Amino acid sequence: MSHLLEVKGLEASYGPTKALHGLDFSLEKGGVTTILGANGAGKTTTLRAISGMVTRKGQINLNGTELISLSTADITRKGVAHVPEGRGTFVRMSAEDNLRLGAYSRNDKAGIAEDIERVYNYFPILKQRRNQQAGTLSGGEAQMLAVGRALMLRPILLLLDEPSFGLAPLIVQELFDILKRINAEEGVSMLLVEQNAALALELADHAYLLETGNIVISGTSQSIIENETVRRSYLGY
Amino acid sequence: MDLFLQQILTGIANGAIYACLALAVVMIYQAIDHFNFAQGEMAMFSTYICWAMIAGGLPYWVAFFATIIISFIGGLAIERIIFKPLHSAPVLSHIVVFIGLVAIFNSTAGAIWDHNIKTFPSPFPEGSFGGLIGLHEVGMFFVTLFLLLAIFCFFRFTRVGMAMQAAAANPASAGLVGIRVGWMLALGWGLAAAIGAVAGMMIAPIVFLEPNMMLGILLYGFAAAIVGGISSPGGAVAGGFLVGIIENLAGTYIPAIGSELKLTVALVLIVTVLLFKPNGLFGKTIVTRV
Repeated sequence: MSHLLEVKGLEASYGPTKALHGLDFSLEKGGVTTILGANGAGKTTTLRAISGMVTRKGQINLNGTELISLSTADITRKGVAHVPEGRGTFVRMSAEDNLRLGAYSRNDKAGIAEDIERVYNYFPILKQRRNQQAGTLSGGEAQMLAVGRALMLRPILLLLDEPSFGLAPLIVQELFDILKRINAEEGVSMLLVEQNAALALELADHAYLLETGNIVISGTSQSIIENETVRRSYLGY
Repeated sequence: MDLFLQQILTGIANGAIYACLALAVVMIYQAIDHFNFAQGEMAMFSTYICWAMIAGGLPYWVAFFATIIISFIGGLAIERIIFKPLHSAPVLSHIVVFIGLVAIFNSTAGAIWDHNIKTFPSPFPEGSFGGLIGLHEVGMFFVTLFLLLAIFCFFRFTRVGMAMQAAAANPASAGLVGIRVGWMLALGWGLAAAIGAVAGMMIAPIVFLEPNMMLGILLYGFAAAIVGGISSPGGAVAGGFLVGIIENLAGTYIPAIGSELKLTVALVLIVTVLLFKPNGLFGKTIVTRV
């Protein structure tokens, strides 16, 4: 498989505080890669740096296009859909309006209508909640809406920031099953950031372990699962 | 009974003024998620531009539409030049700039066009409707309704309108769906300035044109927007008429208020509504589960 995303020497900072110290990693086309790490390791910052939401330096190459100098809106228009930490839905708007806004950068009306149905097919509960104000949705529904809104972009790369956060185990399993389907059926590449390492490694084929803004271990999910340090510190056995 | 009816109609006439400005207040709130205290002065300045064009010999409607375009560009420029560098600054910095803009527009208008009161023409015929309400007020009522309909359609049915609301409510997420947040803010400023210009040109024939013409009215505009619901253009218009009617009835029938304390009625309304119904009488309750 060829690389969809290649990141070299990525540094990011919040004001004077440096959060990433020169990350090098890559993502294969159609693959699912996860970034594991403790709180404060820089996982969310890595996704935010790719999306242009923080001050960053280095190289971020998506399919031959350099993203480092582009704005968040322009990066999105290149096919990078980011499901942010905390879901980031537009709480005053209906669920369906949130989906429509997900397709803001597209102009094909028929395709958009078709894709709304496609999202409802993945998440049937959203169809029932289509006219409900997004702020009133449960945590699981809001997360599904956030993923659905990202799919409306017809992305080539989906950035997922802690999609399991605050959700009941059954809902998490359901959500991850759907993510697996999306990856398999549509070939959307995913970069997943998770605290729940077992869950993330089950979905991903590649993994990176991040500690205080540096990548310390990388490899296939299987090799990471077998790694003694990862098992003791992140999988708990 | 005649007095009561007369006061209701006067209230509606005043209410049309407040409703018109409240629409501009709602528009900027939808775009930047807070009030612009310089809204009234911007509207006043736009009205002076129109007056200068008419005084220079341009027909009323040419000056009217040219003013709307100039105000739109002016609003857009204010956001791009003054507020863009302050995007990540705290709200308090914005408020300080708003107050600065009030002073700048007020004194610049006085410096260019002096402080003498000027008459401003009405586009509507003279006279009254059944001797009860002036034709200008009736015309203004319909202009306000037209603006309301236009704003409603803009926010409800256009992509840009929805994007503007999204950019105001959650700029980070708006960027993540491809919305150019900075330009949405600028567009919101432009549209609010254009609506404010219409409000100013409608109000000026009644209150006369002078640099301080909007100071009191803006408070009524805020009261209207808060009473009706700051997130709802329709609510703001209804709020405008309600404030106009309540203020008039209170001034007539409560001797302690009279005409002296009418403005206090508006402020009492603001406080009362915020206490008991913070989203306004017609505003949508925003619920966010955590």
